[in-house]
Amino acid sequence: MTPGNHMLHLLVILFASIFTDNILLARFLGMCSFLSVSRQVKTAVGLGFAVVFVMTFTTALDWFAYRHVLQPYGIEYFRFILFIIIIAAFVQFIEMAIERYSPALYQNLGIFLPLITVNCAILGASLFMVIRDYNLIEGVVFGFGSGAGWMLAIVTMAGIREKLNNARIPRGLQGPGITLIIAGLMALAFIGFTGVLSGQ
Amino acid sequence: MMPQKSTKDVVLTAVWGDNPVFRQILGICSALAVTNLVLNTLVMGLAVVFTTALSGFTVSLLRKWTPRVIRMMIEVLIIAFYVILFDQTLKAYWPEMSRNLGPYVGLIITNCIIMGRAEAFANANPPLLSFVDGLFSGLGYALVLLAVAVIRELLGMGSLLGIPMPLFSSALWDRWIIMVMPPGAFFTLAIIVWLARTIQVDKDIKKQGGK
Repeated sequence: MTPGNHMLHLLVILFASIFTDNILLARFLGMCSFLSVSRQVKTAVGLGFAVVFVMTFTTALDWFAYRHVLQPYGIEYFRFILFIIIIAAFVQFIEMAIERYSPALYQNLGIFLPLITVNCAILGASLFMVIRDYNLIEGVVFGFGSGAGWMLAIVTMAGIREKLNNARIPRGLQGPGITLIIAGLMALAFIGFTGVLSGQ
Repeated sequence: MMPQKSTKDVVLTAVWGDNPVFRQILGICSALAVTNLVLNTLVMGLAVVFTTALSGFTVSLLRKWTPRVIRMMIEVLIIAFYVILFDQTLKAYWPEMSRNLGPYVGLIITNCIIMGRAEAFANANPPLLSFVDGLFSGLGYALVLLAVAVIRELLGMGSLLGIPMPLFSSALWDRWIIMVMPPGAFFTLAIIVWLARTIQVDKDIKKQGGK
């Protein structure tokens, strides 16, 4: 591949992971926190940043673990356990580091970090990376893009839900019901981006 | 200690009262992702039932020897053990299905339902009762998944389990392709949650009125 082609290839991965193949709206990962933490834009932004950050680094770490530990020994089936341990350890480490060096950032981001360990989007991004056989750079671009896509979706949703407080919604539909319907409409809108990719 | 619950109570609460999907809105990642075809959903449902039931049993069996501070770690490892078992078996005997389900079998590990049952029930109850609780929590989950899948495949492809259905595969029926695409999953689940909640709200109101 020429360098130009290579850049384009990475751009396509980035664009796809943010828009057309959004990890939340097209792959349904990270729904639990998406439904429960999307009431306010401020908290959604905080959690969103935490996800982008953790996902970018864990895809890189998981890539190394998969290629240089699991594959050489032929024990790929241990990836579920190893990835989870890596993610949990990374989150724990980052939490301690932030608390030590930047109390202000810890105030804003700290409470979201434990939530991330159980966010299936993080593990899912690493598993998709393995299935699609990405190299390190592709994997990191994919991890960053997926995180950014997830953040875009949850912040948009929080913005819409803040407006919904003034709407009259049938009782049974309040909460998760209406959120799912909005998510469906958002997914519909994101599918529209597919044309951009196939057009080029 | 709380009085032991009867098996029937456990079953009823697990399937309806505390149904993981529409009462607690937990673990719906995979509920949405694999429900475009009924067959995929059946296998996924089986995987979840298998994991919840057996991990409930094992967690409960080991509960007296598990130090409290590291119990989460142990629970995750037990759950991961059963998931790997299922994933490898599927890969060996049904590689095509394994590819269809992609990463979602592995993601059962982070499915909050299973961890939730281990934490909330298996930790404090005897092994057999935990097995029953896990079994029916898994079944309650699988049933909702199946309902979503039946609606999506029927409206979107005009078939069930790949077999064309009379009216829906004929020329009279315009296939709703959107149903097998991601938005269809959100809409279908939203409507099911809406129905289930409305029924429950009516029940609660009646209960309060009766007092």
